[in-house]
Amino acid sequence: MQVFILETSVFSGEVKYLQVIDENGNADPARFPNDIDDAKIAEMYKNMLYARAFDAKVLSLQRQGRAVTYAPLLGEEATQIGSASAMRKDDLFVPAFRQHGVYIVRGIPLEYMFIYWRGYEEGNAYPKNVGGTPIAVPVATQMPHAAGLAFAQRYAGKDAVVVAYVGDGGTSEGDFYEAMNFAGVWRAPLVIIIENNEWAISVPRKNQTASQTLAQKAFAAGIPCVQVDGNDVVAVYKATKEAIENAKYGPTVIECMTYRMGIHTTADDPTKYRPDADVEIWKARDPILRIRKYLEAKGLWNDELDKKTLDEHAKAIDAAVEKAEQFKEDPTVMFKHVYSFVPQVLQNELDDALKNNFWQGEEGGE
Amino acid sequence: MQINMVTALNSALELGMRENENVVLLGEDIGRDGGVFRVTDGLMDKFGEKRVIDTPLAESGIMGTAIGMAIGGLHPVPEAQFAGFMFLGFSQLVNHAARYRSRSRSTIQLPMVVRTPVSGGVRTLEHHSESPETYYAHMGGLIVVEPSTPYDAKGLMIKALRMNDPVIFLEPTKLYRLFKQEVPDEAYEVPIGKASVVREGSALTIVTYGTMVPVVKDVVAKKNLDAEIIDLRTINPLDEDAILASVKKTGRVVIAHEASLSFGVGAEISARIAEKAIFELDAPIVRVGSPSMPYPFPGYEKFYVPNALKVSQAIDKVMEA
Repeated sequence: MQVFILETSVFSGEVKYLQVIDENGNADPARFPNDIDDAKIAEMYKNMLYARAFDAKVLSLQRQGRAVTYAPLLGEEATQIGSASAMRKDDLFVPAFRQHGVYIVRGIPLEYMFIYWRGYEEGNAYPKNVGGTPIAVPVATQMPHAAGLAFAQRYAGKDAVVVAYVGDGGTSEGDFYEAMNFAGVWRAPLVIIIENNEWAISVPRKNQTASQTLAQKAFAAGIPCVQVDGNDVVAVYKATKEAIENAKYGPTVIECMTYRMGIHTTADDPTKYRPDADVEIWKARDPILRIRKYLEAKGLWNDELDKKTLDEHAKAIDAAVEKAEQFKEDPTVMFKHVYSFVPQVLQNELDDALKNNFWQGEEGGE
Repeated sequence: MQINMVTALNSALELGMRENENVVLLGEDIGRDGGVFRVTDGLMDKFGEKRVIDTPLAESGIMGTAIGMAIGGLHPVPEAQFAGFMFLGFSQLVNHAARYRSRSRSTIQLPMVVRTPVSGGVRTLEHHSESPETYYAHMGGLIVVEPSTPYDAKGLMIKALRMNDPVIFLEPTKLYRLFKQEVPDEAYEVPIGKASVVREGSALTIVTYGTMVPVVKDVVAKKNLDAEIIDLRTINPLDEDAILASVKKTGRVVIAHEASLSFGVGAEISARIAEKAIFELDAPIVRVGSPSMPYPFPGYEKFYVPNALKVSQAIDKVMEA
């Protein structure tokens, strides 16, 4: 609908879409990134399997009461593994709350994640070289941090780029726009990955915004943007890699079109609002399936390799779970990490709790 | 009928919407999904998408548009999915909802009920277990209520929906389904600004609200104590008269809440007793609250949320003094 008839066009924008490997595993040679070989694709494939296995493990622990409420990544492996694989060693990431695959690619010792999902902040005290902040639960609130973190990289004369993650729902929050705007003004070395999985709990993407794409929100901040097939790990890799290379000139927004194949969290029941048939359509677009087809067609993968890989992952995951279960909680620790020192008032509260054994009486009463 | 707090609130919202066609609900996942705790379950089917609105994901937007709706003559009921997320809309509530009446000399009034689940003890994620009542009560201009029973929840909601003020309606997650109670089918009011004496007694006064009410009741029953238990129900405006009347009768006071101790509601109550009834006291006041630090992740919440033992020891301390 033409609302105003204008004499002069003062702005026009275009969002381009990138896919490299289609649902059947066929690669588009014209779009194939030149810095990637089949070994790298196989590595990303293995990491997608690893992330999915990790995900299934936490879900099963949660169902047994051995993990807290958890937001699974099922179906979103390519967006997470592709973008994280494009990061260089010193690059940093700022996740939302579903980016378990990013931590895995960045080499977090898995037991930290299991300790966190058992319900302990100690799981956030992972080695610094992982290069990421702990998950952020209040939606999009992490985005301004990412812009500030990117500013700080340049300030310190570092070459590092920050890769930040936000969901489709998160792009409705003020913090998302504010972060983009700041990063645009500062030309900060920031890559924003919009992990568009089509659902913000029960609200579908079409009810989230009247905007035709989420990527185009970048135009208002003066930032280049692209939309990619978020279930194509190579396309996500390529777009992120280019954005990181261009980060010295400023930020980029990448909208990854993926799909939340499972639940929002373990507290969610999608049958209330989402027809199962919708999920079936996306099963055919499974990010793991298509790379498997691609690798098999090249003779680089087979059932035997698949089984071997899955076994290795299962062993590593079980070992990490075991380590995590050996973790012993210590309530006095809580008091030591509120400030850089322990104020007297807080020390008194701790002494009081210890003296009166408050912690022994959790079942209550006399 | 015997119902839990979720059903009681659902019934109150339905009755309020039938009574006043300007009542509209808005929030994240409140419509099709019926709310993450099912408080608004079925209301979209009954009243349509015009009156039960699944909003975009933006808490400042939810609170801010609700304020605009109220200025425009509606009676909005915005929901923040969790109290921790409501802080994204905090500016709208304290900068505007709390002040519109006073700064317009009542030419603009904001009838609205802001709902959010509060407090912990149910092993949820970070930012899902906050007890934020002090923030909202401290400002002035916002009525803050927090029921502890299905009966009070329904009656307070009906009353809030008939008022011409912004009401922050705090719903303790842990009590949503903890127990059922006989609740009338029809609309009835529980007064706002009036505490409830849930147990009469003369040995000591225990002032409490929210998640701590059932804990306090249990401890008192087990100790076989002649305690007077006051459930505030409304945090702001505080029912000072009810507290002082009880203190004059008993001379001993324990104040118990789940929110962290420092600068909390207990401090306010304690100060008022000290100002107006200090010579009635036979023992120093004892407060029970969480440690003065942010709410922890679930592994540590059993060490953080005040438990029955902590309440029991506070009572002993006051009785032995």
